[in-house]
Amino acid sequence: MGQREGAVGLTTHAPQAAQAVTLPTTLDEAVAALAAVPAAVPVAGGTDLMAAVNSGQLRPAALVGLGRISEIRGWQYQDGHALLGAGLTHARMGRPDFAALIPALAAAARAAGPPQIRNAGTLGGNIASAAPTGDALPVLAALEATLIIAGPDGARREMPVSHLLAGMEMLRAGELIGYVRVPLLHAPQVFLKATGRTGPGRAMASVALVLDPARRGVRCAVGAIAPMPLRPLEAEQWVASLIDWDNGRAIVPEALHAFGEYVAAACIPEAAPAEDGSVPQLPPAVLHLRRTVAALARRALGRALS
Amino acid sequence: MSNDAATAEATGATETAPAPEPIPHGLGASLPPADARAKTEGTFPYAADLWAEGLLWAAVLRSPHAHARIVSIDTTHAREMPGVRAVVTHEDVPGAPLHGRGSRADRPVFASDVVRHHGEPIAAVAADHPDTARMAAAAVIVEYEVLHPVTDPEQAFEAEPLHPDGNLIRHIPLRHGDPEAAGEVVVEGLYRIGRQDPAPIGAEAGLAVPRPDGGVELYLASTDPHGDRDTAADCYGLSPEQVKVVVTGVPGATADREDQGFQLPLGLLALKTGCPVKLTATREESFLGHVHRHPTLLRYRHHADAGGRVVKVEAQILLDAGAYADTSSDALAAAVAFACGPYVVPNAFIEGWAVRTNNPPSGHVRGEGAMQVCAAYEAQMDKIAKKLGLDPAEVRLRNVLATGDVLPTGQTVTCPAPVAELLQAVRDFPLPALPKDTPEDEWLLPGGPEGAGEPGAVRRGVGYGIGMVHLLGAEGADEVSTATVKVQDGVATVLCAAVETGQGFTTLARQIVQETLGVDEVHVAPVDTDQPPAGAGCRGRHTWVSGGAVERAAKMVRTQLLQPLAHQFGMSTELLQIADGKITSYDGVLSTTVAEALDGKELWATAQCRPHPTEPLDETGQGDAFVGMAFCAIRAVVDVDIEIGSVRVVELAVAQDVGRVLNPAQLTARIEAGVTQGVGIALTENLRTPRGLIRHPDLTGYALPTALDAPDIRIVKLVEERDVVAPFGAKAVSAVPVVASPAAVASAVRAATGRPVNRLPIRPQAAVVTGN
Repeated sequence: MGQREGAVGLTTHAPQAAQAVTLPTTLDEAVAALAAVPAAVPVAGGTDLMAAVNSGQLRPAALVGLGRISEIRGWQYQDGHALLGAGLTHARMGRPDFAALIPALAAAARAAGPPQIRNAGTLGGNIASAAPTGDALPVLAALEATLIIAGPDGARREMPVSHLLAGMEMLRAGELIGYVRVPLLHAPQVFLKATGRTGPGRAMASVALVLDPARRGVRCAVGAIAPMPLRPLEAEQWVASLIDWDNGRAIVPEALHAFGEYVAAACIPEAAPAEDGSVPQLPPAVLHLRRTVAALARRALGRALS
Repeated sequence: MSNDAATAEATGATETAPAPEPIPHGLGASLPPADARAKTEGTFPYAADLWAEGLLWAAVLRSPHAHARIVSIDTTHAREMPGVRAVVTHEDVPGAPLHGRGSRADRPVFASDVVRHHGEPIAAVAADHPDTARMAAAAVIVEYEVLHPVTDPEQAFEAEPLHPDGNLIRHIPLRHGDPEAAGEVVVEGLYRIGRQDPAPIGAEAGLAVPRPDGGVELYLASTDPHGDRDTAADCYGLSPEQVKVVVTGVPGATADREDQGFQLPLGLLALKTGCPVKLTATREESFLGHVHRHPTLLRYRHHADAGGRVVKVEAQILLDAGAYADTSSDALAAAVAFACGPYVVPNAFIEGWAVRTNNPPSGHVRGEGAMQVCAAYEAQMDKIAKKLGLDPAEVRLRNVLATGDVLPTGQTVTCPAPVAELLQAVRDFPLPALPKDTPEDEWLLPGGPEGAGEPGAVRRGVGYGIGMVHLLGAEGADEVSTATVKVQDGVATVLCAAVETGQGFTTLARQIVQETLGVDEVHVAPVDTDQPPAGAGCRGRHTWVSGGAVERAAKMVRTQLLQPLAHQFGMSTELLQIADGKITSYDGVLSTTVAEALDGKELWATAQCRPHPTEPLDETGQGDAFVGMAFCAIRAVVDVDIEIGSVRVVELAVAQDVGRVLNPAQLTARIEAGVTQGVGIALTENLRTPRGLIRHPDLTGYALPTALDAPDIRIVKLVEERDVVAPFGAKAVSAVPVVASPAAVASAVRAATGRPVNRLPIRPQAAVVTGN
C-alpha cells in the first residue's frame, strides 16, 4: 500500500476535465440528463461501451448511467403483451419465470456469453449496440417486437425493432430505448446458436423460431450472418401451411428438412450467374454457413413442433 | 486484527473438524506454492503493479503495415505536445541497432528504413500520463511507401529478400538410411498448422529506472533475465554491469513471453529523461508484440510393410518464421529431428526449412516444432491403420520407440522411453460412458449448454496422439545454472536466477532443500541479474539444471553442517541422516537438531549444474543434439455434431513419462494445463493474419479454451522410470502434453467423421459429414 500512496500527486485519469457521470433514477431524468449534456453517452451494462473506453477507442466527455432506473429493470403485462424494461439483464431474462413467458428470449439470454457478461449486459444495450452477433436480436425480430422510445419532455414513440436494426428509423439525439413490447404467444419458441466451440462464444449463425398458434403462423429469424437478423418470410408462410394446427401441430419429417433448406437458400442465396450463364460455386466457408443455417432452422422447427 | 480473526476462525474449525493435515514437505510431497495465497487474493505484485516516484509513462508507435518502406519519420508534433518528455526513434539507439534471440541478431530496436511486420516498433514516447504518451505516439508522422507483403511461406523462396540476411533462415536436409527403401503401402498427406498465440493472461508490462552511475534498472516479467540484460546493454551501448534486470511477478508464460520491442525502448527513455518510465501493454499491443507459434506446412509420405511397420518416411516441413529469425532455428531442429515421432523409422528423408515472411515473428512456444510434426505423423499413422484395416493403437504399438533405438538424427535414445507402456495404459483405460442414462437436458453436447447440439447428429470418436519433446536447449547450447543455498537459524534461503513463471520452480527448490537439509522453512529469494545466470525458463530446463544446482548446493551445505559432527564422533558424514530438523546417526548414538549443529553459524554454498554437452545437427541432419527427451501418450474421446461440425472433447486420457514425481499436485496441474493448451490448438486458437495484418487482437476474437471447452482430463499413468543423467531422475512435464493432445483430438475427430482432418485448428466444415 505504501507504494501506492505515491499516486496521489499524479492524475490517474484523462488529463482533460474530469468526466461527469450522472446517475438518474427515472427514464425522464435520464432523457433530461442527455439533453443537458449533448455529448454525454448513455451506459447500461457497459459490456460493449467500456471495452471501447478501456482500449482507448472511446473517450466520452460525460456518461449517463442507466443502472439506477428501476422502472426499466423489470417487466409488466399490457393487453396480451409483455412490456420489457430495456435495463433487464441477460441473467434476469435467463431465469425460469421469464423463460415461461418468452422462452426464446430466455434461451438467447442464457447463450449470450459468460456469466460476467450476462450479469451486466442488458436487453436495451443489445439493441442499441446492434452488433450482428447480438443474441437477442433475431428473437426480437421473430417476435416482431416494438420499441418504446423515450424522448424529451416525457414524449414516447414506438417503432418496430426491425426498423431500428435496418436503419429505416434512427434514435434521435437525447432519446433512449425505454421498453420493448413483445407479444405473449403461449406456444413453443426456440433459439439455437452455432458458435464452433463448447464454451461461450459469438454466434457464427443463430436461428430464432416462434409459433403463433392464434394466427397459425411460424416466424423465424436468422442472426449473425448479416448486419441485421434476416426473416425468410416465404419459407415461414410455406411451412405454416404444412402444419396440421388442429392435430397436435403435426408435420411430415420431409417438410422439416425442406424448411431448413428453404431458410438457408433464402438467407444465403446462390451466387449471381456469370456472364456465360454458369452459376459459380459458393466458397466452402459460405457453403458451410449455409449448411449450418439449414441444420439450425430444421432443428428449431422440429423442436418447436415436437 | 485480521490475523486474530483468522486464528479464531481456525480454532473454531478445529473443534468440529479433524486436526488439519500437517503441511507436506520434501520431495514427492504436494507442497503448495508459497505465493498461492497472495495470487488468489490478488495481492501478488506483477509487473503491471510497479510504481516509482515521479514516473513517466511510455507508449510505442507500431507499424500498421506488414511491409512498407519508411520514407520519413517526423517527431516534431509529438515532441511539442504538452506533457511529452522524450521521443525516441532508431536515431536514438546508442549501441547495437540490431538484436535477436537465438544466434542471429537481425531485428532492429526501431525500424529505420523498412517495416517487415504488423506491429514492428518505430518510435517510443515518454510522457507524464499514459494517454498523453499514446496520443503523442499517434502524433509521430511516418510516411510509408507500402510494399507488397510476402505472407505465404512457400513464396518466400522466390520472393525478393525481405532482409539483408535473406529469406532462408535455416534449411536442414536430414538423410538417414536407404533412399530406395519402399514399403507395400504408401500414405501421403498435406497438413497445415495455424498460428497459436501464447496469450499470457497478464499482458506485458515493465518499469525502467535510471541509475546515478549512468546505468539503468529494468523491472520486467522476464523469463530470461540475463539474456534480456545482455540484449539491453548491447543496444544501450552500456556494459552488462550497468544494466540490471529485476524480475517481477510473471503473469503467465508458456513461451518467451516478453516482447523486447517495448523492453528496449523503456530503458532508452529512462536513460534519456533521467526519470523512471513505465509501460503496461494493452491486450492488442500484447498480441502485436510477442512471438507466436510457427505456422507450419507439412507434406508427408510414409512407406509401411503389410504388417503396418514403417519402412521409410519422407517429409517436407516448412516453418513460417515471420519477419525475424528469433528462435526459429531451434524450432526447426526439433521439427526435423522428431518428424517421425516416437517410432522406429529405419529410413528417413526430411527436408526442413524456416523462412522469413512479412507475418508476425514466430518464436519459442512450448513444444515448438515437435507439436506441429506430431499432428502430421499421427495423422499418417491413422492413414496407415485405415489402409491396412488395423486398429490405430495397434499400428502405433508395432512401431514404438524404446530405449536403445536410434532416432533419424543418428542419436541413440539413452533415456527411459516407455512409449509402449504409455500407449497401452491409455488404450486399456475404460472409455467414458455414453450419457444415455442421464436426463437428456443434462447432456453437454458439442456447441455447449444452450447450443444447437442434437443427440441424433452426434458421433463419438476415439483417437490417439503420442508426442515427444527434447528437454533443455539443443545442438550445443550451453545449459548451465548456478544456485546458492544459505542456512541460518534453522531457515534456509535459495538464491538462483531461475524465474518462477508459474511452472513451480520455487516450490521445487524449497522441496529439494527440505529433503537435503531437513529444514522445513525454506525461502527462495527474488531474481535479478546480480545473481549468476540460470538461463531462460523454457524446455523444462529449470527442473533439471537449476533443480540440479540447488541440490548440489544444498548437499554442500549439508556436508559443511555434518563434517564437524562426523569428525567429533569419528564417523563419515554418510552415516548421519537429517530428517524433520533432527540429525541422527545410523546407530542412534548421536541425536541433535539442525539448529544446535548450526550453533548460530551461517552456512553458504554455491554450485553449478551443467548437463553433458550436445552437438549441432550436421549438414545431413545427423548428430547427438539433445540431452534428454520426454514422451506422452494421449487418448482423446470427442463428440462431433456432424451436421454443424462442432466438436466437444469429452475426455483426454493421459499417460506420461515423468522420470520421477517430485510434487504430485503441481505435476497434475502442469499436465492438465498443457493438455488444455493443446485443445486450444486443436479447436479454436488461431491468430489470423490476412495480408500480414493481425485480425482481432483480443480475447474475444482469439478464443482460448474456457472451463466448458476443457475436457475431463484423466491422468491414467505416470511412468516413473528415473532418467539417470537428470537430477532426481525427473523429467520436466509441461511441454509434451501440448505436443500430443492436438494430434489426439484430430485423430478422434477423424475416427468420428471419417474426414481427413489435415488442418489445425479443426474448422467446423472439416468435421461435417455431408451426402448422407
